[in-house]
Amino acid sequence: MGYKTVVEDGIDILVCGAGLGGTGAAFEARYWGKDKKIVIAEKANIDRSGAVAQGLYAINCYMGTRFGENNPEDHVRYARIDLMGMVREDLLFDMARHVDSTVHQFEEWGLPLMRNPKTGAYQREGRWQIMIHGESYKPIVAEAAKKSADMVFNRVCVTHLLMDESKENRVAGAVGFNVRTGNYHVFKSKTVVVAAGGASNIFKPRSVGEGAGRVWYAPWSSGSAYGLMIGAGAKMTQMENRIVLARFKDGYGPVGAYFLHLKTYTQNGMGEEYESKWFPALEKMVGKRYLDVEASHLSHRPIPTCLRNHAFINEVNAGRGPIHMVTMEAFQDPHLEEIGWHNFLGMTVGQAVLWAATDVDPKYENPELTTSEPYVMGSHATGCGAWCSGPEDLSPPEYFWGYNRMTTVEGLFGAGDAVGGTPHAFSSGSFTEGRLAAKAACKYIDDGKAEGIRVSDEQINRRKEEVYKPMEHYKLYRNEITAGSVNPNYINPRQGLDRLQKLMDEYCGGVTVSYMTNEKLLHIGLKKLKLLEEDLEKIAAENIHELLRAWELKHRHLTSEAVMHHTLFRKETRWPGYYYRGDAMKVDDENWHVLTVSRRDPKTGEYSMEKAPCYHLIEDKQETAEAA
Amino acid sequence: MPTFVYMTRCDGCGQCVDICPSDIMHIDPVVRRAYNIEPNMCWECYSCVKACPHNAIDVRGYADFAPLGHSVRVKRDEEKGVIAWRIIFRNGEKDMNLLAPITTKPWGKHIPQLADAPAPSQEMRDGELLYNEPKYIRFDDGGLHTLEAAGLQLKVGVYE
Repeated sequence: MGYKTVVEDGIDILVCGAGLGGTGAAFEARYWGKDKKIVIAEKANIDRSGAVAQGLYAINCYMGTRFGENNPEDHVRYARIDLMGMVREDLLFDMARHVDSTVHQFEEWGLPLMRNPKTGAYQREGRWQIMIHGESYKPIVAEAAKKSADMVFNRVCVTHLLMDESKENRVAGAVGFNVRTGNYHVFKSKTVVVAAGGASNIFKPRSVGEGAGRVWYAPWSSGSAYGLMIGAGAKMTQMENRIVLARFKDGYGPVGAYFLHLKTYTQNGMGEEYESKWFPALEKMVGKRYLDVEASHLSHRPIPTCLRNHAFINEVNAGRGPIHMVTMEAFQDPHLEEIGWHNFLGMTVGQAVLWAATDVDPKYENPELTTSEPYVMGSHATGCGAWCSGPEDLSPPEYFWGYNRMTTVEGLFGAGDAVGGTPHAFSSGSFTEGRLAAKAACKYIDDGKAEGIRVSDEQINRRKEEVYKPMEHYKLYRNEITAGSVNPNYINPRQGLDRLQKLMDEYCGGVTVSYMTNEKLLHIGLKKLKLLEEDLEKIAAENIHELLRAWELKHRHLTSEAVMHHTLFRKETRWPGYYYRGDAMKVDDENWHVLTVSRRDPKTGEYSMEKAPCYHLIEDKQETAEAA
Repeated sequence: MPTFVYMTRCDGCGQCVDICPSDIMHIDPVVRRAYNIEPNMCWECYSCVKACPHNAIDVRGYADFAPLGHSVRVKRDEEKGVIAWRIIFRNGEKDMNLLAPITTKPWGKHIPQLADAPAPSQEMRDGELLYNEPKYIRFDDGGLHTLEAAGLQLKVGVYE
């Protein structure tokens, strides 16, 4: 291949992926590392990249301690119950105690935050969400990162992390390629903050054909956060905790503001309230501890999202769909109607397009809802990601190895989707995690932990060969056939993605099997994933754009394999409504009140699984007292 | 398509190519105008539509569920700091104009240059504070939350 090799040497902090997590890391790194070289590598353009590229109408994680609204410990309790207990409370508390300062800075930078005219506090959408005019959220935040970084490499897709050859299990930078020029980029760095995205499109989406891109989470979020870290041998946690979203049908428009601010509600196809009738049976599955409707009602402790999904899915399966969002009452108020539309235009324009196309006016017609295909991510209401160290002042020994948000690979840090066990971080929390990771990375360097890193040309060249292999493979075999895309020697990235989605859907609990799986299915799925892995060695890329899709697919594959192994390991149905283990349909706190941790051996590809303690650091004061 | 480009408006400037998060807006080498090379990886995020200086890019809803005949147009004005939307329903019965602010301050001016900020002390480096903290957390004299400050104790975890 005639592509140039561009080497950027002497980097102190390399930020891979600059969505909200990566921009936070680059911004904060400059303060703690004035003398340090900070470089961003992003596969798109940081002005519009990551999940917030098209905007966001709410900041979903804001304590409001300044206004006397919530304290960090309240947020830990909330996220813990929503995830059925399975969270890293040290990381959650740490994010929550810093997140307000992040939001206050956003406002100072010009992000329009709505205010409640009566109280002067930010306009709440719900207990944790505040409303913003966030069309330009990402460009505003990107400015901050650009001002802090020494260099920003847009359109560089990072494919692998470089590993130090003088000390085992220490990171040494990353490599990738420019999706415009095709050039091979080598970043030699003392530390790396992986702030890439979680995974959309690893399960078969409900949309087909042209609409395949209409998924809930951005189609460019290709699981690179996990692909990069798993490939480097980092330990992962809670990868089985995939999320299924209840959203407006087909458009996947957000429902948060509708439920919380506009006070809309759902009903089944017969116009009945259906949710509560599923709870008594469900309580037997999960236990009163997680589903005590009466106590939740009195204390305003929310019912876990997955359990509400369970009711939704079962009602539809019982033949009483579709589930409707009752908007006709709220939308009679012109102000609320406007908010309802702005809510889409600010973050999911596709939903507005759909309603305009189908003449659905929510003022006169209650729109349908649906449950989405599953997603794997660490920043929304789910906690997949790397097993990371917590902060010094909070973490018990099993959670602490010296540097906040450092993975089990030395010098490798995570933020946003990359960090496991920290659900409900959302955009502001991801930015905050980036800040925390960057500070710790500076400390790691200042402590002399990154001395003597060695990267051989052999490693760099070996990776280069690997990176461009799909293009070589295409060149080699394309002329064996007349034309077209059917070739006995290769598959293209779209064909590979279709296969991945089909097998994940059918064997790992996707939408077509009603989110159901079991041990036998998972074993078959793992076998098929191995075969796909072999075929991915023969994937063919016709051009640089397809090379990008090929590497996104490889990252998605690594992510999927981890999800499958984790789902197999946790022999219980911890989150009914997200997925079901048909052979273990109950929550089993006696055996499984633990966090799951995996490691893929980078040399052999073998997985090892272990349980890690799930410490509850925050007292469960609530509820009983309040309910009494 | 979901995005598509009007032949007579596009001059091939490449601003959509530069901004598309999904890398699917490309310049056709023959007609030298932009087009969406991979509609099934388009999120209808409108980044390219907003970036186009000639209003040459539009969106048609996904063919697998959206009928023809609708329109959602946008005009984003960075100078004025506003974004304007016009939504026209398929049946023509609803035609909405909506306006929203995008920023309250001039771009980039109020973002601190951290390189110019006073260097953090060793105590701050060793502690848990981030830049501008604790002031920016609460805008009062309150410090950072710790378990002790919140009157909380470490609880014992549950092993297997």
